[in-house]
Amino acid sequence: MRRLYQGLTRAALALTLLAGAAVRAQAVEIEYWQYTFKQRVETIDELIKQFQKANPDITVKHVNVPYDNYRTRIAAAIPAGEGPDVVQLFYGWLTDYIDAKLLQPLPAASFDTAAIDRDFFPFVQGMKVGGQYYALPTAVRSLALFWNRKVFKDAGLDPAKPPTTLAELVDIARKTTKRDAAGNLLTAGIALDTAGQDVQWIRQVLIPEFGGTPYSADGKKVTYNTPSGVAAVQWYADLIAKEKVSELGFLTDGVTAFRSGRAAMTIDGSFRLGAFDGQKGLDYGVTELPSHDGRQSNFASYWANGITAKAKGEKLAAAAKFLAFITTPAAMQLWMEKVGELPARVALAQTDAVKTHPTYGAFVRGLAYSVATDFVDESSQRKVMMDMMDRIIIKQTPVAEAVGIAAKEEQVILDTRK
Amino acid sequence: MSGLTIARRQAVWAWIFLALPLAYFSLVRFWPALDAFSLSLSKWNLVGPRRYVGLANYERMAADPVFWQVLANTFEYLLLGLPVSLALSFLVAYHLDRVQTGHGLLRALYFLPHLTTATALAWVWRWFYQPAPVGLFNNWLSVFGIAQQPFLRSTFQALPAILVPAIWAALGFQIVIFLAGLKAIPRSYYEAAEIDGAGSPQILREITLPLLLPSFVFLLITTSIGLLRIFDLVYNMTAGGDGGPLNATKPLVLSIYQSAFARMDMGYASAQTVVLFVILLLLSLLQMRLLRARP
Repeated sequence: MRRLYQGLTRAALALTLLAGAAVRAQAVEIEYWQYTFKQRVETIDELIKQFQKANPDITVKHVNVPYDNYRTRIAAAIPAGEGPDVVQLFYGWLTDYIDAKLLQPLPAASFDTAAIDRDFFPFVQGMKVGGQYYALPTAVRSLALFWNRKVFKDAGLDPAKPPTTLAELVDIARKTTKRDAAGNLLTAGIALDTAGQDVQWIRQVLIPEFGGTPYSADGKKVTYNTPSGVAAVQWYADLIAKEKVSELGFLTDGVTAFRSGRAAMTIDGSFRLGAFDGQKGLDYGVTELPSHDGRQSNFASYWANGITAKAKGEKLAAAAKFLAFITTPAAMQLWMEKVGELPARVALAQTDAVKTHPTYGAFVRGLAYSVATDFVDESSQRKVMMDMMDRIIIKQTPVAEAVGIAAKEEQVILDTRK
Repeated sequence: MSGLTIARRQAVWAWIFLALPLAYFSLVRFWPALDAFSLSLSKWNLVGPRRYVGLANYERMAADPVFWQVLANTFEYLLLGLPVSLALSFLVAYHLDRVQTGHGLLRALYFLPHLTTATALAWVWRWFYQPAPVGLFNNWLSVFGIAQQPFLRSTFQALPAILVPAIWAALGFQIVIFLAGLKAIPRSYYEAAEIDGAGSPQILREITLPLLLPSFVFLLITTSIGLLRIFDLVYNMTAGGDGGPLNATKPLVLSIYQSAFARMDMGYASAQTVVLFVILLLLSLLQMRLLRARP
């Protein structure tokens, strides 16, 4: 027994020494977390390879978590002081993490606030709290109109001419909608889906284009319960009820309707390019969201990289270095080419090659006039809009009344913000 | 341990073996369950600190019309689903029991939906309910010249429309239980009844049904719990997994899930969990009494 004990002690000692040697060999290891998405994972792996080559003393461990569990996993790991040193967060979640002091401001030595203000798209300033940036995106996303060239051609329209105004959109939708003898919808003029991006389109695009504002400047008040807000919602509801160019729930959801070639148009984000590109026989184009009365608006969203409170000393320095690396113009360029998301730096998005690119060009041009909604609770706020449309379409609630109910419900959500 | 009697030593060993699962259950099952009670008295977004708020979550729940609607939906699933599914499965089992040819194949066919993933099942049914010309049911309706139905897009029809695949999927399991119950009834009882001149309705009423009571009670409990915890079908059959339209199909479990994992409102989610727990507990106690009241 005693022999065995001595043997074990010796083995343990040897292991400790070995581990110590290993630690000295690779000075610092930091962890990077994001959600699992093939192209994102591959791109970060590539960036890590480049980064480690330039910084042989730093190792970056890349952890990716399935999207559906991601929010819960990081919310469990970060407060426990485990998991990532550098983490990708949806911009709407940031406040929770800053309030809980789980993120630290990006070190001023490596991140110049004035330079970020100048170089990044203005909506990235949502990551600035008390004059300090807490996170930076590699890429940003916006909305655009996708159109199916084949459906256009079949309806006798010019497949190279998507709508540029809402009036043109209605006109084209009318011409491309196909119904059978019994009146059943075969092809929708536009695929509408309030569980998809339409909620953002109504709130951050249609309402401003009809002359309204969705929220007060400080984000504390709902301000769309006005005649222009009602007019915007009315216009959307009319596509279904009056123009009959679409139905909510057609082919279960907007993405399915469009990718199966059963919709002439749809509104979606740059993150959908991958899904549509993978669809055989789908010949589509992407153009800027249609304007109205000379007004144009768009909705931007992004995932931003922050440094958790866990990173201290050497790890903090390494984390800052890595974060700076993945937000360089070169990293953004790679991200755009591989993932299809848009660069967060204005200069990169302003080159002609990018602006005229057949697919992401439209999204990049839209970024110039994009707003990122200052969410308190994205899923609850989305639900308010979904319920509003269901009231109008299913319950035949008058639009003005439905908008009033929605404004009241959403104000309650905004009021929960500290 | 040498000073102990054999019986004692066996008891000690039994406890040693029991200790492992016991520790596991206490740590992984009971402790988190108990923690849900204290969590229901706090406000917590998983990220920030946990703050004690007393009964605020319960007050909010009582004042929230959506919560009451969700509760009503939950009971609608139960009260509609339970009688229909038990009656249907008994009917099938009763007749299947009398079929000799192809009995095995038929039983397998009825059991098949039970083995299918709820998610896959939900999506197939979601397509069935589409408007014509895509949706199967609306196509049938139009063949017979009946008006198109909105099904999942109606606040009135959506809940029963989701219940149908739920009942269909559970049928296989219930039939197997009923068949086992039917097989366990001694043939001699039937023979004696026949000799005494009892007709088949009388045999059903006097022999089959009373002797099948344990199977009924067992299925009553498991089916009720299953219906009260319905989730995957609703999540996969409604737009955005929201339990819509206008919360018309949202059951308590989906509401709990949304509070916890879409809104990170752990306190409110736990308060709803406590309500669900109380409902399930009361129901189980009631049913256990029924079981004991058996002659």
